[in-house]
Amino acid sequence: MHVTTSVREPLITGGKTLKDVTHDISRQVEARPSLGWLLAFLFSVGVLLLGSIALAATLWEGIGMWGLNKTVGWAWDITNFVWWVGIGHAGTLISAVLLLFRQKWRMAINRAAEAMTIFAVICAAMFPVIHMGRPWLGAYWALPLPNTFGSLWVNFNSPLLWDVFAISTYFAVSLVFWYIGLIPDFATIRDRATGIRRSIYGALSFGWDGAAKTWSRYESVALILAGLATPLVLSVHTIVSFDFATSVIPGWHTTIFPPYFVAGAIFSGFAMVLTLMIVTRKVFQLEDYITIGHIELMNIVIIITGSIVGIAYITEFFMAWYSGVAAEQYAFMNRMFGPYWWAYWSMMTCNVISPQLFWFKKIRTSIVATFLLSLVVNIGMWFERFVIIVTSLHRDYLPSSWAMFYPTISDVGVYLFTFGLFFTLFFLFAKFFPVINMAEIKSIVKSSSEKVTK
Amino acid sequence: MTENKKTYWKGLEQLTNDPEFVKNAEREFPEYLPINGGNEEGSTRRDFLKLMGFSLAAASLAACEAPIRKAIPYVNKPVDINPSIPNYYASTFSSGGDYASIVVKTREGRPIKIDGNELSPINKGGISAIVEASVLSLYDKQRLAGPHINGTISDWATIDSEVKAKLAAAGPVKIVTNTVISPSTEKVLEQFAAAFGGAEVITYDPISNYGITKAAETSYGTAMLPTYNFEKAGVIVSFGADFLGTWISPIEFAKQYVQGRKISKEKPEMSRHFQFESNLSLTGANADYRTPIKPSQSGLAVLALYNALAKQAGAATVQGAAVEIANLDRAAKELWANKGKSIVVSGSNDPNVQVIINAINDLLENNGVTVDFSKPSYSRKGDDSKMNQFVAELKAGRIGGVVFYNCNPVYDFAKGAEIAEGIAKAKVSVATNSTMDETASLVQYVAPDHHYLESWNDFYPRKGEYSLSQPAISPLFNSRQAQDTFLVWAGATTNYYDFLQQNWNTTIFAAQTETSNFQEFWDRSLFNGVYSIPSVSAPVTSISDVASAASAVAKSYKPDNASTELAMYVKIGIGNGTFANNPWLQEMSDPISKATWDNYLTVSQKWANENGLRMNEGETKKAKLTVGAKSIMVPILVQPGQADGTVGLALGYGRNKAGRVADGVGVNAYELADSDKGFTNFDVIEGVSIEITSDSYKIAQTQTHQTYMGREFVIQEATLGEYKEDAFAGRYQPKIYKEGEFVKPSKISLWKGHQYSQHHWGLAIDMNSCIGCGACTIACQVENNVSVVGKQEVLNRREMAWIRIDRYYSSPVEATSNKELEIAADNPEVTFQPMMCQHCNNAPCETVCPVAATTHSSEGLNQMTYNRCIGTRYCANNCPYKVRRFNWFKYHDNKDFAAVNVAQNDDMGKMVLNPDVTVRARGVIEKCSMCVQRIQGGKLTAKREGRKIKDGEINVACASACPTTAIVFGDMNDTNSKITQLLKIKEDTISAVKEVNEERAYHVLEEINVSPNVWYFTKIRNKDKSEA
Repeated sequence: MHVTTSVREPLITGGKTLKDVTHDISRQVEARPSLGWLLAFLFSVGVLLLGSIALAATLWEGIGMWGLNKTVGWAWDITNFVWWVGIGHAGTLISAVLLLFRQKWRMAINRAAEAMTIFAVICAAMFPVIHMGRPWLGAYWALPLPNTFGSLWVNFNSPLLWDVFAISTYFAVSLVFWYIGLIPDFATIRDRATGIRRSIYGALSFGWDGAAKTWSRYESVALILAGLATPLVLSVHTIVSFDFATSVIPGWHTTIFPPYFVAGAIFSGFAMVLTLMIVTRKVFQLEDYITIGHIELMNIVIIITGSIVGIAYITEFFMAWYSGVAAEQYAFMNRMFGPYWWAYWSMMTCNVISPQLFWFKKIRTSIVATFLLSLVVNIGMWFERFVIIVTSLHRDYLPSSWAMFYPTISDVGVYLFTFGLFFTLFFLFAKFFPVINMAEIKSIVKSSSEKVTK
Repeated sequence: MTENKKTYWKGLEQLTNDPEFVKNAEREFPEYLPINGGNEEGSTRRDFLKLMGFSLAAASLAACEAPIRKAIPYVNKPVDINPSIPNYYASTFSSGGDYASIVVKTREGRPIKIDGNELSPINKGGISAIVEASVLSLYDKQRLAGPHINGTISDWATIDSEVKAKLAAAGPVKIVTNTVISPSTEKVLEQFAAAFGGAEVITYDPISNYGITKAAETSYGTAMLPTYNFEKAGVIVSFGADFLGTWISPIEFAKQYVQGRKISKEKPEMSRHFQFESNLSLTGANADYRTPIKPSQSGLAVLALYNALAKQAGAATVQGAAVEIANLDRAAKELWANKGKSIVVSGSNDPNVQVIINAINDLLENNGVTVDFSKPSYSRKGDDSKMNQFVAELKAGRIGGVVFYNCNPVYDFAKGAEIAEGIAKAKVSVATNSTMDETASLVQYVAPDHHYLESWNDFYPRKGEYSLSQPAISPLFNSRQAQDTFLVWAGATTNYYDFLQQNWNTTIFAAQTETSNFQEFWDRSLFNGVYSIPSVSAPVTSISDVASAASAVAKSYKPDNASTELAMYVKIGIGNGTFANNPWLQEMSDPISKATWDNYLTVSQKWANENGLRMNEGETKKAKLTVGAKSIMVPILVQPGQADGTVGLALGYGRNKAGRVADGVGVNAYELADSDKGFTNFDVIEGVSIEITSDSYKIAQTQTHQTYMGREFVIQEATLGEYKEDAFAGRYQPKIYKEGEFVKPSKISLWKGHQYSQHHWGLAIDMNSCIGCGACTIACQVENNVSVVGKQEVLNRREMAWIRIDRYYSSPVEATSNKELEIAADNPEVTFQPMMCQHCNNAPCETVCPVAATTHSSEGLNQMTYNRCIGTRYCANNCPYKVRRFNWFKYHDNKDFAAVNVAQNDDMGKMVLNPDVTVRARGVIEKCSMCVQRIQGGKLTAKREGRKIKDGEINVACASACPTTAIVFGDMNDTNSKITQLLKIKEDTISAVKEVNEERAYHVLEEINVSPNVWYFTKIRNKDKSEA
């Protein structure tokens, strides 16, 4: 049993018993879908269908449906890719890194955060495939598969290939980690269920028997996977940043990118977790499990990572000036004062200035303020990637080729598609899977004899 | 029923278990199916079933419908046609007086590429964009499929009998034509005219140079054009003559001009070029000193120059209002110092101005040297006053029969509307135009002529210089060569080919002494495409003084005209509009404005500022341009270098019956011209008003950023004085700190570096020689099957050009901030930089491709494997030169692009495709391959012949098209190659990084050490100090 001093704020409030926990969380899975859930789910599916029109048009007609051109070869596609991958960072960070650091507060949120990670990585992984001119070939030519083309092999020099490995490894490990965590909870639901539901959850729970030996293996696997996943938290976005850092384009070619991208990813990932959790705790009445304390802790992480990102922005500028490279200096001046100044200043406001509001306790413990700021941070992080990709490309070395990028309806539509996909998956998850890790959270519930009275 | 347990035997053998029987019991049939090669041992029932199954599967698979691709072998192979082996035929391009001697490349009987004929003494292997592109017009489906009577298709017999009968009865017959430079055709026309009661031939030119011929008549007694020799001029002064781009014979002039502009340490001298003009022309962009003047001042400027020179010469000056024109005094001084080796030309069509120009060249003793009237050119014979008279007669209904010989005056003559009205009044109207254009659609009989690549003809562009054209393909349509048509109508029994040979036999062959065998003479002339006869020089002397011309000029020009003036001009791509229906030309980026698919009103930056017009990424406003009583809506383009108080508008656009490519593109400026003063005048100095409307419009430009932002790593330039002092003048030589010293960027690399043991291909591009004409861009498009994408896709910044000419304006001298650097100077210096794949040895594109679709060859080329490309576009992003192009859509066989990308969509247009180059699929990247198909072809030829490749044997399309040899291609491993010598590569090394000792040679973006195989030579301007 979890032991805490009485000085500490309890992590679970409301004097929950173990039974309460099982009941509160399984209730969502077992009950009929609520009207709210149904509406939200149908809305997500609607967005998904709407977006799929744009996706279909792109796949049918070609990448020309987007606003890209001879100068700006990537824009919304890779912006969205990096943005979704960034969002996908929080899950693993929360479950793996915080597990290793024994941060028990993570237990209330890790399940949903991991689910979010997986769905975000699915959304992200779509873009490298659909942004290809010939995805029907590229989808497997980018893999080092033995082939009959002679000695034809992938190019291990290419950061895009590294991406393939980084993303697929991250996705695989996150998925396994998430699923292993779900097994005891599936077994709990199985034990309460009857009929067909019982068989389904029975199959999902892989015959979990709750024996001590099983629990011991479960704990070991969780720890091993946490150990495996921890370096991935750092590696995925480091490798994604190599797409830019190893290039020769001013504004891309900088060594600061790996740490700066990782910080940015955690920053946006936490913001997205907050957005989702604030809604989930309200809808599923889980206020006792996901407390203001959780929200405050996450907000502190946002202040830290937001500040790291801010310092990175300033460092980039300093380096551009200090390097004495004219094209590099111009690239950064152009970000601030060029035609995309609004994107740059949106990024600065959203990512650097707004998280600083969390220094005020009142703001970081306010549900409404946190919710709004979490949205702002995600908008800011989208702009960060847009600024890096588009403003660097649109005016690089030869002024003759300078051009503007204007998004088309298909650019917007494909982005909407990923939103639709993400929320459809998330709502399915929220309805049919236990959104909080019951097995783990029970370990931090205080016993009934010490019922919290305040 | 009890079970029957009886055993039946097949025979006693079975009952007795005879060993012989048991052995053969399995073999019921003694004969076996002849499968498995008759080997009885391995033949089993299973084999049979396998074979049967296979046969069934094969039969059913074969029954599935496979696309039928017909490749029909020759039953009797033509002697000269070998599949995949090109044939080359010398021929001649001519349209009106525009002329180029060419070599036509044919593959399997289809002309696919046109190159300049190096034997020609006129264009000397040079070629222009229009000539390059003319091969596509051959396959234009808008050409008439047969003779038409009143708009409906007919047959030749009917049209022949009707026209013959009607013309004979029509009364006075006039034949209207553009300049005819074919002596045999002239004879045919004479014969035709004689057959119809002495019909008169009226010659006009859409872009008239009547002023020069008329002035020659006044000054020297004969109406003619002189031969210009720009190469002999140390000082060149041009008043609005765009002689490098569009004036009379630009290919020839560019070749000459550049001889005086090429510079090296051994010859550190170049000509000095002054240009006085209203619109920024290609020639003005190349000038050392360019002064914007108004058309209303142009005559006075010429007068002022005359007076300044007359003062020096001690001749009488003439009266003329004083006019303040920068650089004019300086030009006069330098002209005088270069007496006998200078040249003064004017683009004016005013005969009086041209008389003064003649007087100036006489004063300067240039007559007979740089301006050679003793060797007249025949490229312009148009007579504007006769044409005016014709229009008046036609309108008055005094003409019985009118025959338009391959000309379109309804569209391209100032009084086109009056002609359109008058045609109906003629009893018989006939045209030989090959499309149903603005004129042909109004006449009763259209007897379409062949395309020039289907025709026999001869040409006499200049005294002593003949050339021939021969068919490179059988006629594609039921057309008939116009000369044959005229001969038939004139009642002659001979065909034109015989007529032509006969004419050569009696004239040129008779005049030469080299051979006495006509067949030999004919074959050789046809093989060479050109024939020169030494001609006796007949110097001309002035027979009139300038006073009367001067007083006329003084009267009609003004020193300061308050009203807005319109100066119409010709664009290099579209020319006079004859070839407007050619999508390659429509999409050709204008060398100056970089605009495609449009004409527009060019206005000065000052005017735009005053009127609150800002152009952003091609987005502009439309203006209502009113000239006299006519007004048209036309988009505005802000043009640095435009003279204040003037606007420019290109001719050749606004066609409505050219075909589906050109119809509705731009506005027709011919309507705004006038010919009231007896000559066609494209300058309007009174009654022009411009009103900006609220209509937004987008002009599709391939380059929207005007300046090079002072980036020395892109453009390196110096003045001649600086160069003479230091050959490294203007060079930007970045050094990078490494271990205690500053070293060249090429000394620091992550890569081990390539070794090229065989060839090391490279390009050397002299920015001093490049005049920006863009012939290379079209040559590349033809050679490499580059798609045309249409205006909307150009607006989306997705043109596919593999080679582009970057045009940079200088910024104002005092520019300090980035914002100011972005703005071009009001009268900027212009630099052209051809930009194509740089074939980097440390190519950034190669490292980033995830599937290794772009790789490095063992000969220094950066290769693109389309089949392997999955289209991530990472290579294009990482290309610092932005030369990679992506196939955003399927451009071939796609009805969305059928109207513009004719060469890849229409069954006839596809005949122009180069079979050696893949048409790229949707979703792949493409780029300059350094014409790898030509390199491979050259290597194979050399290998087959068991020898080494000779330098110059292989040439890339851009370099071979370049009229100024600004682009040199070659093997940098070959110590004797031209490129090695130009770059002064001293070491004999196979390393990818070559030590280059030529001071002017540089790499664009040297400091990032991508190590290109393309070298640029600094731009040197012959001026005292740089203004940027």
